[in-house]
Amino acid sequence: MKKLFTGNEAAARGAWEAGVKFAAAYPGTPSTEILENLALYKEVQTEWAPNEKVAVESVAGASIAGIRSLACMKHVGLNVAADPMFTFAYLGVNAGSVILTADEPGMFSSQNEQDNRHYARAANLPMFEPSDSQETKDMMVEAFDLSEKYDVPVLFRMTTRVDHSKSIVTCKPRKDVQDKPYEKNIPKYCPMPAFTGKMQEKLYKNLEKTKEFSNHCKWNYIEDNHKSLGIIASGVAFRYAKEVFGDNASYLKVGFSYPLPMDLIREFSQKVDTIYILEENDPIMETEIKAAGISCIGKDKFPRRGELLPERIRIAAFGKSKETIKPNTETIVGRPPALCAGCPHRGFFYELSKLKDTMIFSDIGCYTLGALAPYNATDACICMGASISGGHGVAQAFKIKNEKKHVISVIGDSTFFHSGITSLLDASYNKSSYLTVILDNRITGMTGHQQNPGSGYDLKGNKAPISDIEQICRAINIKNIRTVNPNHLDEMKDALEWGIHCEGPSVIITRWPCALKRLSTEDKEEFPGVFTQKYHVEMDKCIGCKRCIDTGCPALEFSRNQDGKMSITDSCVGCGVCSQVCPVNAIVKG
Amino acid sequence: METKNILLVGVGGQGTITAAKLLTCGLMASGYDVKMSEIHGMSQRGGSVSSQVRYGTDVQSPVIEAGTADIIVAFEKMEAMRYLNYLKQDGKVIVNDKEIWPMPVIIGKAEYHPDIIGELKKLADVTVIDASKLAIDLGNEKVTNVILLGAIIKAMGLDHIDWDQIIQDNVKEKFVELNQVAIRKGMDLV
Repeated sequence: MKKLFTGNEAAARGAWEAGVKFAAAYPGTPSTEILENLALYKEVQTEWAPNEKVAVESVAGASIAGIRSLACMKHVGLNVAADPMFTFAYLGVNAGSVILTADEPGMFSSQNEQDNRHYARAANLPMFEPSDSQETKDMMVEAFDLSEKYDVPVLFRMTTRVDHSKSIVTCKPRKDVQDKPYEKNIPKYCPMPAFTGKMQEKLYKNLEKTKEFSNHCKWNYIEDNHKSLGIIASGVAFRYAKEVFGDNASYLKVGFSYPLPMDLIREFSQKVDTIYILEENDPIMETEIKAAGISCIGKDKFPRRGELLPERIRIAAFGKSKETIKPNTETIVGRPPALCAGCPHRGFFYELSKLKDTMIFSDIGCYTLGALAPYNATDACICMGASISGGHGVAQAFKIKNEKKHVISVIGDSTFFHSGITSLLDASYNKSSYLTVILDNRITGMTGHQQNPGSGYDLKGNKAPISDIEQICRAINIKNIRTVNPNHLDEMKDALEWGIHCEGPSVIITRWPCALKRLSTEDKEEFPGVFTQKYHVEMDKCIGCKRCIDTGCPALEFSRNQDGKMSITDSCVGCGVCSQVCPVNAIVKG
Repeated sequence: METKNILLVGVGGQGTITAAKLLTCGLMASGYDVKMSEIHGMSQRGGSVSSQVRYGTDVQSPVIEAGTADIIVAFEKMEAMRYLNYLKQDGKVIVNDKEIWPMPVIIGKAEYHPDIIGELKKLADVTVIDASKLAIDLGNEKVTNVILLGAIIKAMGLDHIDWDQIIQDNVKEKFVELNQVAIRKGMDLV
């Protein structure tokens, strides 16, 4: 049966075909849709975990207990999960286990561009790197077999172009995989110093065996063409290389990339005059191949940063791109991303950006856009959870330096559950004095509306217990807490003034649903009439002062009719923030 | 067969991805090898978006190289200019006569060029259609994307594929008929 699948759909299909019964993930672009698709198969227990560390730990548990299991995350998520992963490698598996990392060359929606192939080497884990959907599906099935054969969790590296591109996949039925019996085995599963030496020895030994696999598996192969140029390429870079060089080069396609197939690489090097290494981001294969005494050309010719797209390969190899038409750039205006019309973060940022003498530490989410115009509110941002612990550090430093600046941390609900709780615990425990604002929009917004421990539903759409953010804050000894509607600017302003002047750590929870959210029954009860009314401008009253534009709403258009007045487009969902800003009450409901 | 390249560009929320998916399904059903690529993620509602579709006997890369698109279909007119460097020297551009202001224009920091289409025509073979208005006439602006899909199909000579069936297989039942009308409308325009 042939299907048109994205790489993410193919990964889900592959895990299903491999007989996976348990999978956990934290959503993150470009990996999110893997679990969403796997959740459609009733044979698999799929779960959103509060963070990636937790996901890998629960997957390790499932493997030890005897069922095949999968953990998925974006590249930065693997940093969070690195702690259990390194030791899971020592334990090995009972039933097969795969840890999938979706890397982002080009950083379309990520805070950095890290090459997670390093993790395979660092943790001594075998690694697959598919180049399209068919390979993703097939490799996923094989990864589980390999995991069991060599008693090791397997790393699976995808990249955005593989995750989010569609191509044709031949599907197969689900394998009938027997669950493994669980047997208590302390020396295998308890990494205490008495046992870790043995564990390490086994890991290294098994890794040696996978070298054999690497040299002879079907994922690493030679395509003989011209002798003058040979190209060694992994992941989607192989497809790009074929596009640019076609039959004018020979290829060594690397799909199983750690350990590298060094015998095959030596054989290939004998066949061709010059070798190009085409790998996205870091010179990982290149370094190893050069260390083996094989001369090759890599990052001194081809770019290291960003995607290794066909035109970039062409320019590096031939000195010029294909002939292109030059657009008239004077006619093009940038389209920076913006908070949506009706976004509950808008009222908050509008008031926040008016505060003076503040240092604002943001987290990772839609609200990271608070750093852009017209708010320009954010001072810093690092990774999930860092807004609160970073804010704590800033507050401590200001105190030591005797600097009179207010510190405000900004974090979303899902991110608070991910790793904000322990950070806030840090602030509370160490008696920090600053304000944390938790933007509770009732869903994981940025990745496209995944449920979370606060939303009342699980990944499969079943009802789930709601973790109350306010109660969590109380439980970790935060005394100063206010919950507000961020669309009510007076209330928001008042809360911010209160929060920055509290003694000890303070928390404001802004509670209003994401403007794009499909409202649950509970939402409809809690927020009656939300998003049902629009606003319009009464033209005779509008004085064209543009004050409302400072709210940054994309539903506002200034002077579309060239009459110097404001208008509101159909995308308005009636949050009413702009109407509260208008000095002449020209913006009204209806 | 040489690989053909179709680039669909527009603004987040306009339905470029859905149109590209329908196109890709149709191409697969008629026996082509096909790859489609899109980039999404950060709340880019209102951001510039592109979907790329490549088909032929054996497609390698999922992305189109600059200077090789056989056709660019712009759902918003300024976006046609933004991606024009992807067009082949003798490629075609189909532009929806629709203007969506980006944030810098909304807040008065930049101006939307008054004659983008005139500028485009100086540089490439451009066909302008008012798909958004036609969609409103059909009763739902959301089918703008399917009207434009019809235009692509005609321009690329893909009208032998059973698009009615593709729509039936991929669109919610209550919208099937509307989409079938829309796709034919688009095919008649080119």
